[in-house]
Amino acid sequence: MHNFEFVKPSSIADAVAALAAEGAQPLSGGQTLLPTMKQRLAAPEVLVSLTGIPEMQGVCTGDGGLHIGGATPHAVVAREAASHYPALAALAGGIGDPAVRNRGTIGGSVANNDPAACYPAAVLASGVTVVTSTRKIAADDYFQGMFTTALEEGEFITSVIFRIPQAAAYVKFNQPASRFALTAVFVAKFADGVRVAVTGASNNGVFRWEEAEDALTADFSAGAIAGLTASAEDMISDLHGSAAYRANLVKVLTGRAVTAAR
Amino acid sequence: MTKVTMTVNGKSVSAEAEGRTLLVNYLREGLGLTGTHVGCDTSQCGACVVHVDGKAVKSCTVFAMDVAGSEVRTIEGMANADGSLGVVQQAFQDHHGLQCGFCTPGMVMTTAALLANNPKPTEAEVRHELEGNICRCTGYHNIVKAVLAASGQDAGAMAAE
Amino acid sequence: MPKDTGIGASTKRREDVRFLTGRGVYTDDLSLFGQAHAVMVRSTVAHGRIVSIDTSAVESMPGVLAVFTGEDFKDVGGNPAGWLINSRDGTPMREPKRPVLAHGKVRHVGDAYAAVIAESYAQAKDAAQVLSDATEIEELPAIVDMKAAAADASNRVHDEIPDNICFDWGWIEDNRAAVDAAMKAAPHVVTLELTNNRLVPNAMEPRASIGEYFPGTGDYKLTTTSQNPHLTRLLICAFVMGIPENKLQVVAPDVGGGFGSKIYHYGEEALVLAAAKRLGRPVRWTAERTESFLSDAHGRDHVTKIELGCTKEGDILAIRTETYANVGAYLSNFSTATPTFLHGTLMAGPYKVPHVYVNVKTVFTNTAPVDAYRGAGRPEATYSIERVVDKMCRELGLDPFEVRRRNLLTPDQFPYTTPVGLVYDTGNYQATLDKAVDLADVAGFEARRAESAKRGKLRGMGLSTWIEACGIAPSHLVGVLGARVGLYDAATVRVNATGTISVMTGAHSHGQGHETVFPQIVAEKLGIPASSVEIVHGDTAKIPFGMGSYGSRSLAVAGSAMDRAIDKIIAKGKKIAAHMLEAAEGDITFADGKFSVAGTDKAKTFGEIAFSAYVPHNYPLETLEPGLEETAFYDPANFTYPAGAYICEVEVDEGTGKVDVVAFTCADDFGNVMNPMIVEGQVHGGVGQGIGQAVLESTSYDENGQLLTGSYMDYAMPRADDVPFYTVDHSCSTPCTHNPLGVKGCGEAGAIGSPPAVVNAVIDALQRGGHSHVTHIDMPVSPNRVWQAMNA
Ligand SMILES: Cc1cc2nc3c(=O)[nH]c(=O)nc-3n(C[C@H](O)[C@H](O)[C@H](O)COP(=O)(O)OP(=O)(O)OC[C@H]3O[C@@H](n4cnc5c(N)ncnc54)[C@H](O)[C@@H]3O)c2cc1C
Ligand code: FES
Ligand code: FES
Repeated sequence: MHNFEFVKPSSIADAVAALAAEGAQPLSGGQTLLPTMKQRLAAPEVLVSLTGIPEMQGVCTGDGGLHIGGATPHAVVAREAASHYPALAALAGGIGDPAVRNRGTIGGSVANNDPAACYPAAVLASGVTVVTSTRKIAADDYFQGMFTTALEEGEFITSVIFRIPQAAAYVKFNQPASRFALTAVFVAKFADGVRVAVTGASNNGVFRWEEAEDALTADFSAGAIAGLTASAEDMISDLHGSAAYRANLVKVLTGRAVTAAR
Repeated sequence: MTKVTMTVNGKSVSAEAEGRTLLVNYLREGLGLTGTHVGCDTSQCGACVVHVDGKAVKSCTVFAMDVAGSEVRTIEGMANADGSLGVVQQAFQDHHGLQCGFCTPGMVMTTAALLANNPKPTEAEVRHELEGNICRCTGYHNIVKAVLAASGQDAGAMAAE
Repeated sequence: MPKDTGIGASTKRREDVRFLTGRGVYTDDLSLFGQAHAVMVRSTVAHGRIVSIDTSAVESMPGVLAVFTGEDFKDVGGNPAGWLINSRDGTPMREPKRPVLAHGKVRHVGDAYAAVIAESYAQAKDAAQVLSDATEIEELPAIVDMKAAAADASNRVHDEIPDNICFDWGWIEDNRAAVDAAMKAAPHVVTLELTNNRLVPNAMEPRASIGEYFPGTGDYKLTTTSQNPHLTRLLICAFVMGIPENKLQVVAPDVGGGFGSKIYHYGEEALVLAAAKRLGRPVRWTAERTESFLSDAHGRDHVTKIELGCTKEGDILAIRTETYANVGAYLSNFSTATPTFLHGTLMAGPYKVPHVYVNVKTVFTNTAPVDAYRGAGRPEATYSIERVVDKMCRELGLDPFEVRRRNLLTPDQFPYTTPVGLVYDTGNYQATLDKAVDLADVAGFEARRAESAKRGKLRGMGLSTWIEACGIAPSHLVGVLGARVGLYDAATVRVNATGTISVMTGAHSHGQGHETVFPQIVAEKLGIPASSVEIVHGDTAKIPFGMGSYGSRSLAVAGSAMDRAIDKIIAKGKKIAAHMLEAAEGDITFADGKFSVAGTDKAKTFGEIAFSAYVPHNYPLETLEPGLEETAFYDPANFTYPAGAYICEVEVDEGTGKVDVVAFTCADDFGNVMNPMIVEGQVHGGVGQGIGQAVLESTSYDENGQLLTGSYMDYAMPRADDVPFYTVDHSCSTPCTHNPLGVKGCGEAGAIGSPPAVVNAVIDALQRGGHSHVTHIDMPVSPNRVWQAMNA
């Protein structure tokens, strides 16, 4: 790993200043960034740790839904969101392993937008507002394909605001080695309709399966999607699953999520 | 290089570190605490798990500087004050939960954290919580038994022998 | 009542205390004054000609002390294969040189062609990256597929080997015509094409080596992650570097698992020694996991066509196989023995099958070397046989349990000479099968299946009855078969003046618990507490000689050597006792730690005799040397033949294709069992790896020879939630007839017997679930594969 300068600000304002430096990059839990740096795929000159900023920590209800600080670890979400948004808490409790959940953060995950990551599905399905150091971004505008988001240079996620659905579930099918999502589906039923977000499956990153959303908005039951098929066209095909297999998973897991939703 | 200070196994310590110095290197090379092992470079095997402020953390996936000032506990700090094996350690010995011993420090640390959060886990919970700790020797049978036994449950009956 | 000490007791492991408190000392835990760090520079292409390596690019980088390339080793020897195999036409195998660092060509991704030594690891790593960038390699087309490699003489892994074939071996060639005839005459022939998937051993401790050189004496010391330090010393000294054997000490301290991958000598070991000499400082190297994936010897990787001729009632008449075995880019030390004498000789299984012929073509490819991995050859044989027997049952509509019973050798048939050259000394295969059927509650399967069905899961049950051969021997026989080493082992039992004992054993423990089990045996035999016995292993300077630990040989071979040495101690003790007790030697008996004059109450304790041997005031010095220390070398008369029956139950999720192993039962015959707790632990571990092979683990190279599964992100290691609790039994024991302890070896059984049981269970689940067109799925039976098979 290349060497770098390490800074750990204690406020958002200081972090903004630190991230203005040439070659600066935010560091949250490091559960993605450190392995990447070990492989020399990332070589920041300055690393700005966001884990020492109290304003970016914790889970609370507030304007527009459930507010989760950008630097809140998965384990804290799993615990503290459980009574407000059980499907989201369960998702957080299923990310990686306990040690990863103790360090990895929602901000880091949503910023990274790994095509096999869990949070992006919840974010897209819940119609979240991503709050950054400079603005608020709607989920539908935020994700822009694998590892690509609307975030700009120096901009970082300070919190994420989830709308709380009437019923929801996240069903993840593990990639057998990494235990990331080979494919996973988040179904969220709101008064104004159902949202179905799929992660792990598409070459374009997390996406909404709109056909299923329409069918489920009309009839929120697993049977409602029985006649649909998810298109394998833009699906990922790799060692662990062909495009057709992933397309199958999208449908199977969506049905299971609907059945499990509460 | 700067001096990084933290509390390790109850003692305040400091050692030189660069920005890129991982906690595991700080412990192994800086402090000579070689009980914490490195088994991979992709943060998956769990051989390096230690506790930082009471929580299980992969010490290969955190920079020493990022946890400066924290309370760190390693396998070297798990025995009882009189030097006898702690409850988790003793359960691993009693149930033959280790063979080559390489994964063992991480297993013990993960188990201790697990039991602190969930004192009477089910078999399924134990297996789920051990997901981030790879053991190539034991087939996990005796590790799961050891964890259940450390929680005071009748591991033998649960393993249906 | 289970015993609590001595032979047969589940004594808790003494080594655990250091491992559980973080005080184990593995190679990478050592830190030596003045040490420098080596980082290997590895090829990123599978096949290429080295055009230039610009070492000047790094020589002045901060901290860099030295750079080595293949040029530096071009005049030293190569790392040899330990077994010479002849092809069917009598020509010897092709043996390309395996250099310390690649020279001229790189032959697989990860092939090391240079090394950088620097003051710190980070500096060496930085410089290695720069050197990699400063190297020009002309990329050649990669040879990955075995059959294509054998068919294309124009593209060669080794320029001097035209068809990339190492050898084309027939076993037994003289039987070929008879087997062909039997196959032709058979009323039914079952054919199965299958792959035994390549595996990466993945001992959790990555390989590491530290070289030291002492200019004052010219001595070298290598501390390394080895399963057999003596073999490593022999290879380095006699073949690779030409160091006199008495000038190299090899130490393998605590070693974090091996599973075969740490048997072999690797180039890094020679490199750190050469670098230590050049720099006059200790030089250390530790693999990153990524390097382990690329450069540890892999396992398995067979493509096999197996045919089985039988009657309509399921009597097996003949078995014929044709196998392509991948050896990778170079011949690793056991790589030629594994697909041949550890595989072909087992192809009769535990069955009374009159005709067997095995053909193995071993092929070079631009992939990591392939060698013995837990089970080594025997899992490949067992998998082929047990899968084709299962297929036979399905094709003929026969019950797999009944068919096994019909074909298994019966206890009255031992010793039994197989058509593939082995003599099974003893066994009771019916007993282990009955035991497994009982423990697995086969009778209750239907009810469990119905319950699974209620949860929407397809349940299936699979059986495998297996046999293996452990403790390869005897030396004179393996010599005839091409082995270049002897396969005995050695032990020194040193009784100290105060009566404590040190046993120097040639076996090496890297998880097997020798430090606990060996003393149990010594204590039982000498009637002294196990706590006064200490096991010394893993250091060529302390141990007479040894072949190390692999092939489930520790107790059967090294344990027998120790047993013999103890007998010599007792014999000498009797002489001393006779003198002290003023009795005839023939009247002295030894029991419960006492030498007594038969029929009297005159006796000396073991401790008194030991003391007298070292303080020989009252001692027969004219006829007997003082001291009490004996060494024995033991060369077994035969292999040992553990056997057993395994039953697996799986649930298959039809929607996703996911296979869950929900129950696994093992009934094994390991002969006498010294420590049941440890034996069971060995079986658990083996089964865990077998389930890994069957369900999860896949090693995949793309057509350019890039390893797609080069980290735990893509190589699926079994985790705690991938496996169930196992039911393990070893009560059906028929002691080995030819070693003094009556032990057979248990280290590999689990990995050998389990994969076919799992796959048979998956096929059973699918068939019962209405997917009757699915007759075979290659391992690993991943969700994707199972789903595709169901929906084909
Ligand atoms: C063994 C293992 C298993 C895992 N399994 C899963 C899984 O099953 N599902 C899953 O979803 N994930 C999984 N992960 C990934 C894990 O969830 C990571 O924690 C997460 O992807 C990144 O969060 P982080 O806080 O660690 O971010 P970091 O690693 O610190 O950063 C990741 C990236 O985001 C940037 N960044 C960090 N914080 C911010 C911010 N607030 N604003 C803007 N940019 C930021 C960084 O610069 C970097 O580029 C796993 C990781 C590991 C090691
Ligand atoms: S060393 Fe493997 S997870 Fe830390
Ligand atoms: S005991 Fe060897 S890896 Fe777990």
